[in-house]
Amino acid sequence: MSIARFWRETPRRYNLGGSRCTTCGTVYFPPRLVCPTCTHHRQSIGKMVPFQLSGDGEVFSFTIVHDPAEGFEMQVPYVVALVRTVEGPILTGQVVDIGPEEARIGLKVRATFRKLREEGKAGVIHYGYKFAPVDELPERPPAGRLAEAPAETARGEDRAPA
Amino acid sequence: MREVAVLGVGMTKFGELWDRSFREIGIEAGLQALVDAKLSSADLGALYLGNMASGSLIDQEHIAPLILDYAGLGSRHLPGVRVEAGGASGALAFHQGYQAVASGLVDFVAVGGAEKLTDVPDVTGNQITSAAADHEWEVVFGATLPALWALIAQRHMHQYGTTREQLARVPVQAHAMGSKNPNAHYRNRITLDQVLAAGPVAEPLGVFDCAPLSDGAAAVVLGPLEVARKYTDRPVRVAACQVACDTMAVQHRKDVTVLDSTVVAARRAFEQARRAPRDIDVAEIHDAYSISALVSLEDLGFSEKGHGGPDFAAGRFAPDGELPVNMSGGLKAQGRPFGAVGVAQIVEIVRQLRGESNERQVKDAHRGLAQDVGGTGATSVVTILEEAS
Repeated sequence: MSIARFWRETPRRYNLGGSRCTTCGTVYFPPRLVCPTCTHHRQSIGKMVPFQLSGDGEVFSFTIVHDPAEGFEMQVPYVVALVRTVEGPILTGQVVDIGPEEARIGLKVRATFRKLREEGKAGVIHYGYKFAPVDELPERPPAGRLAEAPAETARGEDRAPA
Repeated sequence: MREVAVLGVGMTKFGELWDRSFREIGIEAGLQALVDAKLSSADLGALYLGNMASGSLIDQEHIAPLILDYAGLGSRHLPGVRVEAGGASGALAFHQGYQAVASGLVDFVAVGGAEKLTDVPDVTGNQITSAAADHEWEVVFGATLPALWALIAQRHMHQYGTTREQLARVPVQAHAMGSKNPNAHYRNRITLDQVLAAGPVAEPLGVFDCAPLSDGAAAVVLGPLEVARKYTDRPVRVAACQVACDTMAVQHRKDVTVLDSTVVAARRAFEQARRAPRDIDVAEIHDAYSISALVSLEDLGFSEKGHGGPDFAAGRFAPDGELPVNMSGGLKAQGRPFGAVGVAQIVEIVRQLRGESNERQVKDAHRGLAQDVGGTGATSVVTILEEAS
């Protein structure tokens, strides 16, 4: 993968920058330019604002990968999960800091900033989110109040990647 | 809209065809279909060619004119169109050819599907397979195509109680049918214990839950139903052919255990054909992974949602069951040359309806259905074929 191709996604992959539709309040990750939820899609054009996910969520489904994706050869066996974030969107990512046999649906996790893979000995190193288990997830406002949540910039500053 | 018939079919053997090139297999399947249709190539109006990844696999794009050229049609200057939809490329090419004839713009078209997967090492082949998923938001994070289907499987097991053994029944039946199909990649039978003991790929899926990387090509000739009997004694009518798309990534599905693209394409196809799932006598479905077969059976309306596993294990989809499914051996045993798969499904259904399937023949097969899926379900194509009365 070219350097630019990975680099341009760093705000999303490093800081969980998604988007929120100001018409219906739905949160998306990765960010979208058009809201798939609004009945009249055109209404949402220009009304999608940046929204940073907290990184907290629960394992919705998982698999233990033995036949790896390119660049993950040294990590097998590794866990890939669908993580349902507290803000709503489901993300695909590895679950780390546990043995594969400990993975289960419902496991509480939090996003953590890690090395994803390297492109050979002299190539680019890709970083991004993985998920690690946590004992407790902090109390959150009910989902309906997300429409009032502050946009990316403010939250981005006080939530640097772990 | 004019009625369309399948006039001829052809396919190569599927498997590791190391002695044969992409263009050779493409032409073999196409010529077989033309001969079967008793149609002169001079009558052809267009070629639609399904192929997923020739650029990554054999460093060759622009393959429709390549096949036309080596089929001896270069100087006839026919329009050649390559069609791509991941693993559903062949079925989508069929859909394009069907639309061309149905619209009245073209009378006779050849629809081909071809893929040469064994000119690259297995590891590369697996990476290219995963290119049908969302590269930026799934594959980059360590997910492969089988891993994504495993996420669907794990959730299906959680929500509906589907068991590992129920999944394992799918490849056992596929190999039993492959053993009766001379064109199949795998002609060996396997046991339930072998499936369960095989090495894991992405748990709960093991080696035998996943279809192989195969070479192969398939082709059909389509024409107007009203003149079909000039060319064949057993024309097969295209009663419906419908395409539907869904979100690219599994993570964005409304319910990850449901292939909405299949649900919608099937609903549209049954509406178009004025038929219901119970009217289908034989079906070819997407068993690239054992779980994909079970969710497909549910989402096509052949099983209630969540009942695919128990229904399959009870033999409802066996050769002597209520609805025989994948009598070709499916993607698992007949093989999985991406672009050729959807066309080969049509070939199998046509031969079943004509009563030409020998040991694999389903009794009283008058109407068949083919369902092909791209990636994890971002594209589905559902086709219903009937004996022409």
